[in-house]
Amino acid sequence: MGRYLLTRLAFALALVFVVSSAALLLTKLAPGDFATQQCVVLTVEECTALREKLGLDRPFLEQYASWLSGALRFDFGQSMLYSRPVSTLIGERAVNTAMLATIALLLATAIGIPLGIYSGTGRGVGRAMVRVISVVGLSVPPLIGSLALVFLAARTGWLPVGGMTSSAGIELTWAQWLADLARHLPLPALALAIPMAATLERLQSEAIESAAHEPFVAASRARGADRTRSILRHAWPASLRPVLGLYGVIIGTLFSGSFVVEIVTSWPGLGQLMFNALKARDLFLVAGCAATGAFFLAAGTLISDLLLAYTDPRVRSGERA
Amino acid sequence: MIRRAGIFLAALTLFAVIAPWFAPYGAGEAFRDFLHAPPMRPHFDGGIVFHPLVLANRMEQRFEPDRGRVVRLPWIERTEGAPVFLLGSDDFGRDVLSQMLYGARTSIGLSLVATLGAVLIGALAGAWAGYRGGWIDDAIMRFADFVLVLPAIYVVLVLRAVLNPVLPASTVFVLVVGIFVVVGWPFVAKGVRAIVAVERSREYVQAAQSLGARPLRILTVHLIPACTSHLLVQATLLLPAFILAEATLSFIGLGFPDPVTSWGTMLSGAGNYNAVARFPWTLAPAVAIFAIVLLTNLLASQPSRPARA
Repeated sequence: MGRYLLTRLAFALALVFVVSSAALLLTKLAPGDFATQQCVVLTVEECTALREKLGLDRPFLEQYASWLSGALRFDFGQSMLYSRPVSTLIGERAVNTAMLATIALLLATAIGIPLGIYSGTGRGVGRAMVRVISVVGLSVPPLIGSLALVFLAARTGWLPVGGMTSSAGIELTWAQWLADLARHLPLPALALAIPMAATLERLQSEAIESAAHEPFVAASRARGADRTRSILRHAWPASLRPVLGLYGVIIGTLFSGSFVVEIVTSWPGLGQLMFNALKARDLFLVAGCAATGAFFLAAGTLISDLLLAYTDPRVRSGERA
Repeated sequence: MIRRAGIFLAALTLFAVIAPWFAPYGAGEAFRDFLHAPPMRPHFDGGIVFHPLVLANRMEQRFEPDRGRVVRLPWIERTEGAPVFLLGSDDFGRDVLSQMLYGARTSIGLSLVATLGAVLIGALAGAWAGYRGGWIDDAIMRFADFVLVLPAIYVVLVLRAVLNPVLPASTVFVLVVGIFVVVGWPFVAKGVRAIVAVERSREYVQAAQSLGARPLRILTVHLIPACTSHLLVQATLLLPAFILAEATLSFIGLGFPDPVTSWGTMLSGAGNYNAVARFPWTLAPAVAIFAIVLLTNLLASQPSRPARA
């Protein structure tokens, strides 16, 4: 187990390193740099001075080496676009994205798993209805979902349509801020959660349907356990393997989805920051965002693998399932 | 599933080819007096007729039907100065229905070419990995896993953003297809590798080998055809994902330049929430994308993978 963890951690570190370096290199290779856009309104001397100040006149390898040695000491450089340290910028935005993603994931789990258990073991009209809703939900990717929800919110006025808080610059007490946030969160979280909930529902439904036919479930019924107990206590744990496996895959989907949702609903998250950084060719901010994304991704897959190992003894002992 | 997938792909291809022929108005044909006109309601009077729109209030951009006059369907008869908008008009006064039909060719066409590319590359890479085994297998599959783990939209975004933002339409087409192939091929390759790794020890492959067939011939003539059903299924799953990805790219302004109509560029004009609330008919491409994704999910009898944005 210890060795397994170490390999995984090494892989995670390698992923963060490769992704951020690649992002830095690609942005550097791109035509134009951060100063290009500023130089439109500057004289040639001012422009050269700006390039010098930002270090853009140095050769790439030198820039890369100094960034790398800084990154090893957790100094990820200065953002050219916002003139603030990359780490504080990312810290603020990553919290917002993490909040959105976590709420969406919890929402999807809370909706998808119970419905999946129900549709996988139930029968009749309810089951058919859950299936229909689920297939429709699968077909509402975050781009479509967020546009539809924004339309709904704008028409009905039930929920605010954009941003994370409504009063920028006005000091709020903690309670007010939280209440405001609670009104802004449902729309983007729902847009992100709908296709995930549907995916989870479908998978859980299939998994528990096959698990319910296992002999040990029949045996529990024969011992006198009632239907609910034999489903929840005996069939459900056995069906968790494919479902938990999906959580590892979902993290990537979550990231892709939250990017789109952040753009549509102007949620100040990591995706938006990365997009702005890319457009402005803000080298270190791009690299920082990429590194953070890769870190979350690696952490997500690791957590889901650990959960998998926890529920399935075969994975724990290294046996191929 | 296989036959249905084939029919689905063929039908979409056909639709992409013929759709623009049915557009009532020209590509980019703008009616400057009819910005954001709502969809017009058909009436029955010895055939389908419409009351032409008149601007009732310029400030509110509100239109009212002129009940005294009638015009006919634009395919039958075009009346000067009284265009018929079946799905309303957009911010330039272009007919949304016509734009949708032109955009269908761009969006579906691009996605079809990208799907074809991803399936081709994925099949070759997967088959080679499965056939040769050893370190080649390891290297290809590790790389495929690496690409699969990355959030596709960020890879697409970074690859697209590092290039010049303003490019001619044909360059954008080639570029976006290339990027989509890069993120799409591992989905195909993984399955093909698994199938080929099993199939290569079958008798018909041994027979071909003992007859002196070269690896390339065995792969293309014997092993890849064994994966046909997997390839078709993957193609049906990739196609809507690519349509959606194109829409996303164009939505954030990194897709096609303005005069080219695609579903994504149409959405980018409709995307701000002021427009969404007041002119919901400009979201028509979103409905079309939803319909295609829904069809795919209904086709895949046991859907277990969401469309990746």
